[in-house]
Amino acid sequence: MNEPILEVDDLNVTFRGGIKAVRGVSYRLGRGEVLGIVGESGSGKSVTSLAVMGLLPEGAEVTGSVRLHGKELIGAREEDLTRLRGKSVSMIFQDPLSAFTPVYTIGDQIAEAVRIHQKVGRDKAAERAVELLDLVGIPRPDVRAKAFPHEFSGGMRQRAMIAMAIANDPDVLICDEPTTALDVTIQAQVLEVLKTAQRETGAGIVMITHDLGVVAGLADRVLVMYAGKPVETGTVDEIYYRPRQPYTMGLLASIPRMDRPTERLIPIEGNPPSPAALPPGCPFAPRCPLKVDACDDAEPELERIGTGGRMSACIRSHEIDLKGLDGATVYPVPEAPAQKEERRPRAERETVLKVEDLVRHYPLMKGAVFKRRVGTVYAVDGISFDIAQGETLALVGESGCGKTTTLQQIMQLQAPEGGTVVVLGKDSAKLAKAERKGLRRDLQIVFQDPMAALDPRMPVGDILAEPLRAHGYKDAKAIQARIAELLTLVGLAPEHAERYPQHFSGGQRQRIGIARALALEPKLIVLDEPVSALDVSIQAGVINLLEDLKVRLGLSYLFVAHDLSVVRHIADRVAVMYLGKIAEIGAVDEVYGAPAHPYTRALLSAIPLPDPELERSRTRILLKGDLPSPADPPSGCRFRTRCPKRALLGEAEARKCDEAEPAVIRLAPAGDHGAACHYPENTEAVAAPGV
Amino acid sequence: MRSKVTLARLVRNPQARYGLIALVLLLALAYVGPFFGPYDWTDKDFMSFLSPPSADHWWGTTQIGQDVYAVTLRGMQKSIIIGFLVALFSTGLAALVGAAAGYFGGWVDRVLMWGADLLLVLPSFLIIAIVSPRLKGASWLWFVVLLAVFSWMITSRVVRSMTLSLREREFVLAARYMGIPGWKIILRHIVPNLSSLLIIDATINVSGAIIGEAALSFFGFGIQPPDVSLGTLIAAGSGKVTGYPWLFLFPAGLLVLLVLSINLIGDGLRDALDPGSNK
Repeated sequence: MNEPILEVDDLNVTFRGGIKAVRGVSYRLGRGEVLGIVGESGSGKSVTSLAVMGLLPEGAEVTGSVRLHGKELIGAREEDLTRLRGKSVSMIFQDPLSAFTPVYTIGDQIAEAVRIHQKVGRDKAAERAVELLDLVGIPRPDVRAKAFPHEFSGGMRQRAMIAMAIANDPDVLICDEPTTALDVTIQAQVLEVLKTAQRETGAGIVMITHDLGVVAGLADRVLVMYAGKPVETGTVDEIYYRPRQPYTMGLLASIPRMDRPTERLIPIEGNPPSPAALPPGCPFAPRCPLKVDACDDAEPELERIGTGGRMSACIRSHEIDLKGLDGATVYPVPEAPAQKEERRPRAERETVLKVEDLVRHYPLMKGAVFKRRVGTVYAVDGISFDIAQGETLALVGESGCGKTTTLQQIMQLQAPEGGTVVVLGKDSAKLAKAERKGLRRDLQIVFQDPMAALDPRMPVGDILAEPLRAHGYKDAKAIQARIAELLTLVGLAPEHAERYPQHFSGGQRQRIGIARALALEPKLIVLDEPVSALDVSIQAGVINLLEDLKVRLGLSYLFVAHDLSVVRHIADRVAVMYLGKIAEIGAVDEVYGAPAHPYTRALLSAIPLPDPELERSRTRILLKGDLPSPADPPSGCRFRTRCPKRALLGEAEARKCDEAEPAVIRLAPAGDHGAACHYPENTEAVAAPGV
Repeated sequence: MRSKVTLARLVRNPQARYGLIALVLLLALAYVGPFFGPYDWTDKDFMSFLSPPSADHWWGTTQIGQDVYAVTLRGMQKSIIIGFLVALFSTGLAALVGAAAGYFGGWVDRVLMWGADLLLVLPSFLIIAIVSPRLKGASWLWFVVLLAVFSWMITSRVVRSMTLSLREREFVLAARYMGIPGWKIILRHIVPNLSSLLIIDATINVSGAIIGEAALSFFGFGIQPPDVSLGTLIAAGSGKVTGYPWLFLFPAGLLVLLVLSINLIGDGLRDALDPGSNK
């Protein structure tokens, strides 16, 4: 390794009240190197980078050493640090909207960053800003430089943020979850821009993320953190193919993989420890399947394994190395419940939900006193699908494609603006009030954010009792018994009923949300991104629970998600949405195996895989630009403005895309697969390797 | 638990602590004090008119021989009761109206907010001044109702806007999709989640109502004789403040102390319930 630019040695951060957020982090970053720092929420990865930048609030006690080009940063004067920030070290934040001042144009803000550190004139700085915007792939940069932050989409803001970060050719770029808030196709674009930025500046990058797929494709070396401490470090191949620390092993084993869809997910039991109450000994010991008595004696330090820079903090690392263990063999694979009866073919099963030509348009109003209609947002514009009993249909798509609106239309059980929603054979437009309430028993929902979905002022028992009381359970004893039963069903203890939601971790809260949905023994459950707010190791447990419940209780799911790997794992059928329309629908194997719509292909190829080798070898289909506004969708095929396929078509063929809107057409008479494209892909070309 | 944390924060705040101590002492004075005084508030001592404070009449006597100590404490009781009742009514009304307007929206919202706006533009003091003499002989509770009716509107607008954001929260959606009727959602999910605002508002309303009552009674529109309140006592004493200051100073001083202590508690509560609101 060449001379390190950034050296971090034994960094410790303690917050007021003795909360040790970071404990003994050390790493070195060379020129042009990408270091991935991986860990779940609360593992201290973001605090580490803030401490390096000297951006922690007062009251945080930082010890250890951070050296940039051999110069100590900890304890340096604020003026010196300010000179370095943005010049030698730049940071890219997760939320690009809050990182820009809303009242200045993007161009001005980038120019300001240039002028602070370089002695250049106003015009020169403005020119440089346009150059930078061009570099990060903003179309028509000279015009867009005059735009305000709110006029940029999320992906464009993140590019502008990168442009600002590289404005002064920094030596170190710290990226804190730079793509977490973005959709996959946009994420792929932004990661590409980051690679360009690194090529241009030769900077070292510290990439902080919880997404093991992103790290696999980008990083040279990886540092895994748990409970504020690094537990394993090594090159990306070593970490992914030969993890030697049980936590890393478990983390890798718990990710749902597109290339291994049928395997059961392996969760890590339990929750990360609270930084205020760390267990004695190894902090991972309470969740570790390899735990021996000696683990509780002392916390293991990072120790060298084999040759090279490989380090692991586990007393049994050498044993794991010798035996060549991996996560799938070490962790207990949860037993899948046996299918009760042979599944009847789909056509013979009852249809629990049928949506036909569902339309929901929102008027765009203008004016304060006299409101007039200036346009229409085509949120959902004629979609059809159905769900058979015992089946999971996944609705996937990027933000703004109309998934949530579809879901609300179904849950409201009112007559939709256009089309029909038929739940369990009952048309929602023709329901009497009592019937509607009765139908709510059979149709339940689980929300995305487990904190917002539970009333913080109610104990868990009351939360679960609410649907029961609303639907005629009167007897207090029967309610108590049902609550205990429900809590056991979702893997919690009956005595948890007395606690409040804030006493539970995210995964447990989501289980409470599921228990509430199950309370009335529904037939169809709508799952609105149920695992996207959870860490991977927790997510695996919740996905397994959902699969078990489906088999045991004979449920049907409408699963709304943006994470295509999770969908691949849990769904039987999948519907891909784009701008209020269904682009492709069919059985998961067929859609993932042979995607016919160019959008589906791009979507699948954009997913980062947690496999460095595959990541390096695959070629991505990068989409141009952003999702068009649903208030002004393109004529003809809605995807045509970004379609990579259309570029290959002849002029006459392409005209059809502009003029005629494609309908969903079944591709093969026998298969369960349809796509809304004039020129669907029919070759067996594979979008994602290994699928 | 949250309530414990809040209580701990409240007690840690020196202002709120002094406010609480002062309020407890004042309440004790108003309700326990009369048992220790030598005279009842209806007694008239025909041997001493307008006599200054002495061992017999601790705070002196009035021109008709009433014991100022007994009468003032009696007036204070009335003021405190009116203050608390008005606060309870007006905050309760604000919560229900605001939450209903925000939750149901549409014409319910328009009608309720139109009503609130109407009450806001009416000169409340004038209306109470006109209406209250007509309630002569009726219970003083009518006076409480009048005061409450004119003091809930601004809070209810705040409650409405907070409800608008709560309404979109997922736990409210969850309850709605469960088939729970709207008024139940309001009582069970919306109002409890606004409790910190409502508690603060109620506290501040207490002092507002006490002052309002005193002001109206001062002009003779509030509590009617023979009943007394701090307002009527101040009115009676104000004319003789140069010659016989005890008639005025004791009720006025107690009024100031009472309102001050409640305001201190209100400020402390606001800091304790949402820290950061005044940082």
